[in-house]
Amino acid sequence: MTFPSLNLLLQSILSGVFIGGMYSLIGLGLGLSWGLLRQINLAHFGFVFLSAYLSYHMVSVWGLDPLLTLLILPPFFFAIGVAQQWLLSRFKISPFNSLLVTFGFTVMIESLIQYVWTADFRKLQSAYGEEKFKIAGLFVPVPELLTLLLAILFAFGVWAAMRFTDIGKAMRAMAEDGPIAAAFGINQRWLSLMLSGTCVALASIAGVCFALTFTLTPTQIFSWVGVVFAVVMLGGLGSALGPLVAGIIIGVSEAIAMAIFAPSWAPIVSFSLLILMLLFRPGRA
Amino acid sequence: MNKAIVSGIVAAGIALSTLPWLGAPAFWESFLYLLFHWIILAVSWNILSGYTGYFSFGHGAFFGAGIYGTAYLAGTVGWPFLATLPAAVLVAAALGVALGAVVFRVASVRGELFALLTLAITFVLATIILNTSIDGGPGIYLLGVDIPRLGPSPAASLYMLGLVSAVATLLISYWIYASKFGAGLFAIHDDEDVAEVMGVPTYRFKLYALAISCGLVGLAGGIHAVFISYVTVSETFSITVPLSVVLMSILGGSRHWIGPAVGAVFITCLLYFFTSGDFAVFGRAMVGLILVVVILFMPTGVLGVFTNWRHARRKQQAVVEPPPSHEGVDGQAAPVVRLAAKPVISGEVLLQVRGLTKSFAGLKALDDVTLEVRKGEILGLIGPNGSGKSTFINVVSGHFKSTAGEIVFDGKTLTGLDAHRFAQAGIARTYQIPRPFGHMTVLENVAMVGMFGGEGMSRAEAMKQAEEFVAFAGLSHRAHVLPEDLNLHQRKFLELARALAARPKLLMLDEVLSGLTPSEINEAIEMIQRIRDRGTTIIFVEHVMRAVMALTDRIVVLNYGGLIAQGAAVDVMNDEQVKAAYLGKAHA
Repeated sequence: MTFPSLNLLLQSILSGVFIGGMYSLIGLGLGLSWGLLRQINLAHFGFVFLSAYLSYHMVSVWGLDPLLTLLILPPFFFAIGVAQQWLLSRFKISPFNSLLVTFGFTVMIESLIQYVWTADFRKLQSAYGEEKFKIAGLFVPVPELLTLLLAILFAFGVWAAMRFTDIGKAMRAMAEDGPIAAAFGINQRWLSLMLSGTCVALASIAGVCFALTFTLTPTQIFSWVGVVFAVVMLGGLGSALGPLVAGIIIGVSEAIAMAIFAPSWAPIVSFSLLILMLLFRPGRA
Repeated sequence: MNKAIVSGIVAAGIALSTLPWLGAPAFWESFLYLLFHWIILAVSWNILSGYTGYFSFGHGAFFGAGIYGTAYLAGTVGWPFLATLPAAVLVAAALGVALGAVVFRVASVRGELFALLTLAITFVLATIILNTSIDGGPGIYLLGVDIPRLGPSPAASLYMLGLVSAVATLLISYWIYASKFGAGLFAIHDDEDVAEVMGVPTYRFKLYALAISCGLVGLAGGIHAVFISYVTVSETFSITVPLSVVLMSILGGSRHWIGPAVGAVFITCLLYFFTSGDFAVFGRAMVGLILVVVILFMPTGVLGVFTNWRHARRKQQAVVEPPPSHEGVDGQAAPVVRLAAKPVISGEVLLQVRGLTKSFAGLKALDDVTLEVRKGEILGLIGPNGSGKSTFINVVSGHFKSTAGEIVFDGKTLTGLDAHRFAQAGIARTYQIPRPFGHMTVLENVAMVGMFGGEGMSRAEAMKQAEEFVAFAGLSHRAHVLPEDLNLHQRKFLELARALAARPKLLMLDEVLSGLTPSEINEAIEMIQRIRDRGTTIIFVEHVMRAVMALTDRIVVLNYGGLIAQGAAVDVMNDEQVKAAYLGKAHA
């Protein structure tokens, strides 16, 4: 155990904030569908990676600008989300079985990715990829900053939509008690389809950010499940701002653990937080 | 039929044990070993998760504990291989018990939360092993470990170990399935709170199930460590183990003792034949697709579909039987349930409640209630909605722990004990909205309570006695259907039969008459009289005043959690405070 210099510590806290942005961007859609639709959508991770690979493909093979893929992909994934919700509601899937079904989807997506792009490491090379600037002695990489800004933007956007729009209020009513909400004229079916579409579109946005910052390999899909679940549960299911705060808390505490102990100790932080959370504040989940 | 399967498994085990000496190609030994391996994992997972409904995603952790138990002791410390296997079992079981001892105390960690928590444990354990001297990063080589000769070759020895363990696991799974312990686990699966109130020691049973499940998977891990001969953290604690195991069990049918084994055989064959060769990617995709299709179209698994089909057939048979005359009610079709000639109310106190208080975050649902119930009487407990009647029953049945006060029953102080101790002392209750165990037939529901309520009976005795109580409640013609096929009236009578099966000294009836038609109410009143005539003391919570006046010897009135009047029915009804509570005060 060694104490790093102050500058190094600050740099790692900053990178913790950035990785926290990534966690919360992935966690936002996952937590919304979990809290509001009562579906634990493991396929969310599959969609993040599929979107990341598609973005990689569009940039590396077709030569598009990475930011352009941020506009192209979400509508496509919105449609996937709608289709998935249609299927799950058609068969009246329980929350637990939704976990199993969407795990099945994830395995299929993983195989698809492996078939098309192979199991090799892929890295999206773009003009922004390596860009960074220096503020007060700290390096700020541009792709990570973009991820964090998008995470903040969407967290507040969803929060405002849930709070101030009629659709948002209807969604909260539906999550509280679906049949009663339906009796008061809320079109549950349509809302669920839209909500699921939105969540998966958010996954695709997270995917593009992921491609900008990380090296891609299909087996990585499952290594993100645990920590993002921890973020979602810590932040509160169905909450828009919760995952943002929780993501940054977990990201920073991981970064500090890495700096002080060793990088391989990092997972213990998020999972211990998750375990304590489940044991002492299970009501939030 | 289950007995035949058990004999079949033992016979198959003996037949398969000759394989290494028959000179079959080595492929078969390793392939069958893998089959045994997955059978142990899936079946042991099912003992906890299928039977109790506590879905564990932490099987990877317990498996890993077994793997590393053997790998560390045999590879690093240098124990002989066979000696490490009991250690692997113990390490995994101890890990499970330590986890369960904490987690099972938190009532809300059920369902998907339990699944997540166990998943998190896996990653924590993996991180600890990776960063300490147990592994330290590079993994552990076990090629140098001596494998004792149980067969013609080392591979054959592992094959034999796997075979024996798989057969043992299946037998244990069947033994639990057919035992009283198993009945308790299935009750926990259907409704844990009710199971506890009916006398199942839920906490202890969950711990036992977890310990057995973990011990078996630890054994599989210990053997597997030597089979793969090179152990790494990333391989051991990958998500593959927990998810495959869940998949196999769901596919085969997780409510059946052999279901997971069926699923294990199917998936292992599929993976083996697809993933070897050029189709590896398609094999995985195929597994994903099968999972989706199975959950969507047969959420209860292959054997679940089979069981449902059998229930459906029984239901058809039931319709053929003649409809019941009111045999249960005029008391002739239930000869064994003896009726006492005349109710005797002794002066002896059965239940004594002193200063009983129950607060929910500041709201006092029960406020300093003191009352006595004498042996043999029917005590009416009335009061407006929200006056604390149901809370009283929930506290006196042990479901809620009281905030203050004392409960003395039949000379024993029960205050603060777990609900199953209340049931074992001789207290039974019905629920206002019937809460039968959904996956058990009417008969099994009643037998369940006979096994665990009161002094408890063996499974066979309880099944026999249950038929009598089912007949007493006039449900004989519905004995083999699931509760979902009963109408409200029948469900209420099932609640009664179930409470009676505990042979309680004190029976608490929570609005058994609500929602019944006038003629059904008459039937129920008659039945309650006959229950009392058998010498059972009754606390009767009811809004139907006609029944209260007809049945009760004494009345207690609650309002805002406090006791405002008690005495003979007529006196209480004329009490000013009682009138005010029900009708309000005139503003003169």
